Amino acid sequence: MADRITLTLKVNGEDRSLSVHPFARLLDVLREDLHLTGTKEGCGEGECGACTVLLNGQVVNSCLVPVVQVQGAEVITVEGLAQGENLSSLQAAFVTHNGAQCGFCTPGMLIAATDLLNRCPNPTDGEIRDGLAGNLCRCTGYSKILDAVHSAADGVAR
Amino acid sequence: MIGASSNRKEGRAKVSGTACYTDDKFVPGAIHGVTVRSQVPRGILKGIHFDDGMPWSEFTIVTAADIPGKNCVASVVHDQPFLVGIGEEITHMEQPVVLLAHPDRHLAEKARNAVRLEVEELPAILDIQASLGLEQVIYGADNLLKEIRIQKGDPETVWDQAAHVIEGEYRTGAQEQMYLETNAMVAVVEQAAAETRVTVWGSLQCPYYVHTALKQLFGLPDDRVRVVAMEMGGAFGGKEDYPSVNGGHAALLAWKSGKPVKLVYDREEDLACTTKRHPSRTRLKTAFDAEGQLLAIAIDFVIDGGAYATMSPVVLSRGALHAAGVYRCPHVQVHARAVATNTPPPGAFRGFGAPQSLFAMERHMDVCARKLGLDPVGLRRKNFLRRGDTMATGQVIREDLDLGGLMDRALDEIGYRDKRAAFALTNEEDGPIKRGVGFSVFMHGCGFTGSGESYLASVAGVEGLADGSVSILAASTEMGQGKNTVFSQIVAEALKLPYEMVDVAEVDTDRVPNSGPTVASRSTMMVGRILEDAAIGFKQSLVQQGFLQEPYTADSFRAGVRQAVATLGSVKCYGQYHKPADIAWDDATYQGDAYPTYSWACYAAEVAVDLDIYEVKVEEFVTVQEVGRVVNPRLAGGQIEGGVAQGIGWGLWEEVTTQQGRMINNQMTNYIIPTSADLPRIKVVFLENAHPAGPGGAKGIGELPMDGPAPALLNALVDALGPLRLDEVPMTPDRLMDRCEEVSHG
Repeated sequence: MADRITLTLKVNGEDRSLSVHPFARLLDVLREDLHLTGTKEGCGEGECGACTVLLNGQVVNSCLVPVVQVQGAEVITVEGLAQGENLSSLQAAFVTHNGAQCGFCTPGMLIAATDLLNRCPNPTDGEIRDGLAGNLCRCTGYSKILDAVHSAADGVAR
Repeated sequence: MIGASSNRKEGRAKVSGTACYTDDKFVPGAIHGVTVRSQVPRGILKGIHFDDGMPWSEFTIVTAADIPGKNCVASVVHDQPFLVGIGEEITHMEQPVVLLAHPDRHLAEKARNAVRLEVEELPAILDIQASLGLEQVIYGADNLLKEIRIQKGDPETVWDQAAHVIEGEYRTGAQEQMYLETNAMVAVVEQAAAETRVTVWGSLQCPYYVHTALKQLFGLPDDRVRVVAMEMGGAFGGKEDYPSVNGGHAALLAWKSGKPVKLVYDREEDLACTTKRHPSRTRLKTAFDAEGQLLAIAIDFVIDGGAYATMSPVVLSRGALHAAGVYRCPHVQVHARAVATNTPPPGAFRGFGAPQSLFAMERHMDVCARKLGLDPVGLRRKNFLRRGDTMATGQVIREDLDLGGLMDRALDEIGYRDKRAAFALTNEEDGPIKRGVGFSVFMHGCGFTGSGESYLASVAGVEGLADGSVSILAASTEMGQGKNTVFSQIVAEALKLPYEMVDVAEVDTDRVPNSGPTVASRSTMMVGRILEDAAIGFKQSLVQQGFLQEPYTADSFRAGVRQAVATLGSVKCYGQYHKPADIAWDDATYQGDAYPTYSWACYAAEVAVDLDIYEVKVEEFVTVQEVGRVVNPRLAGGQIEGGVAQGIGWGLWEEVTTQQGRMINNQMTNYIIPTSADLPRIKVVFLENAHPAGPGGAKGIGELPMDGPAPALLNALVDALGPLRLDEVPMTPDRLMDRCEEVSHG
């Protein structure tokens, strides 16, 4: 077995090629090799959702994805949500509605909510709750996160 | 500014992924630390053996024998070692014995299992009963970490004459804080010209606690130790006392290796070894007259403090001081004990003893109402504290207090009377779903207990910067509660400046004074008040020195500060806590003003129970609270909603399962916290009643919402299912099924 393998992928729109441990997790590659530390580790077992990223447009827990499965893939992390200095409408709504308290679940929550709004542009409370049930938050009790998602959805609708 | 829902100062960084938490800090050349822990609950350490096959020469290895200063974690009581030495006693399953560090974190993790501890095992005691029964004496002469007695009148003179005497026993389980970011530290130790300088960056609530601990560990003076609080992914008390332990460990490895060290716990280690909410057992005896007037209360309150004192003495104190609840009573006796067991020590967790004793009191009031043939609303209304009444410690209520109005508002919001009547009918029907409503009324003392604030003598300040803006100097940390924002609002209000002109300085002990720990619902009220004074002093100094004329605009203020900084180099002004003249406390007798004031609340819950699977769904939750003036309604609402979510978790789902005192469900997979799919919208109502002790009239908020949910939920369950023995939380489906079967089996 090789000590290192060459991994090529596209992260937040940018082509990257790097040498990584063959058993590394996507989360480690993002945080340690690419210094994209916005993606967090909360549990390491796919329960909390703090490490959520979009992989080829699908929501995944990056702590459960071995790098061999992301060869040639496209990954979007929280750092890829804003357009330069302009926050996405969802990010802006999280700021104005206090959807982020300690902020540690926020990157994963934003990715999951971005995906939810792509699939379901005008979600009900119940649809948001179901859509974000894989992302644990210990600070908010979720109400302010629901407010933020609704507000972003209304903005999109307009 | 005060009263505005300003956006969180660090909000943009948090939604962009640029906020820097401890493990996000890029530290070139850092090695990774791990902790080797005991695997027995009690014994004598006889030897440490390093298995073959591991390149030990590449490792940094620290044992107790290496420690340069005192091998003792500075805390309320100095009883806990950083590492157990050979010949010394191991007192719980997760006790740290050896520290290892290596550049490859995977190898470091592997090496942890290649260290064998030789231990002569001793019999252990693992719960309150075994400790009180002195099955083994493991702490002092009587296993007591702390004992407190509060006496008002004499309940013994009442029992025989009272129309009704009602007794009950209530239990609460441990609870994990489950901050999303695990405990993490980065340490660097520089040795130059025979001087040692220790710096720690970490996820920590109380920089000066860690500062004190490191000074004692290394035997260094103040100026050689520096502690920096990084962005913090939640804490809830879980990073109040523990960071003195892992901060010390990281620093020891950095000192021995001469390299930067990262010590980041994974979730399983964090859950197994760090602090939790204290388990408790409360026995209540209450006497009432024929009309339901409370005549006497005797309370026996016991918490499991684990192997070392940690915060137990003060957790016990807050629990004891809240134990008699919100009721007027001429004869009160509280006997409170924190007992030692061979378990990893619990510590601070939002509420700090009060949720435990208030759970007992607020469940007991419902039990009493049923036995007295009164409804829970009427019984409480007869007995509420009012202005001029005296609490158990002799503290006189000096503020306008309308608990009846508070309760009525909560009951109206949830539709209590209509729902009770409707559910009484629908619950008679066949079908597995039964519904109920219940509530609790409670208070939470603001700030440190008793003389605590006087001992702390906190200092905080404001500084003018070269660009003319104002920076806040305080060691209070941001853990998501909104300190950065609320402090900025308070100072902006005091200086009549726009919010954008004020921000907080990085929390670095080299830069900010000791404004005390970020705990006890004290930051807004206590530190905020000091900042208000400091800001006014700052402005007066600018005026006196001729840099500013009143009235001023934001622009002229900015110009004045710029000129002052250019002329003087540095312009700062500090304030310090002053005890209000009208409060007094005696630690020896537990008499006096236990807290400068209290926040007050009534919480009401509607539940639906599915008797096929004993699942409880919280259908509606209403919170009405009087917390003085609300500085930032949106952030305050977030605090209440989040606290209620934790309270619902504690009441229904969150169970710490142990084996030999060690948590064995130490994963997010099997320790269940509420998800977005498990909770209702939580209704938040603030009744504002400005209090003179706080900035702009604010009181404390952070812990209050943890106190009310558990008793409200269990009272609602009784309303749904009838008089079951619901005397314990968490009331998990298993436990609820058992209690239902107790009734059906007679």
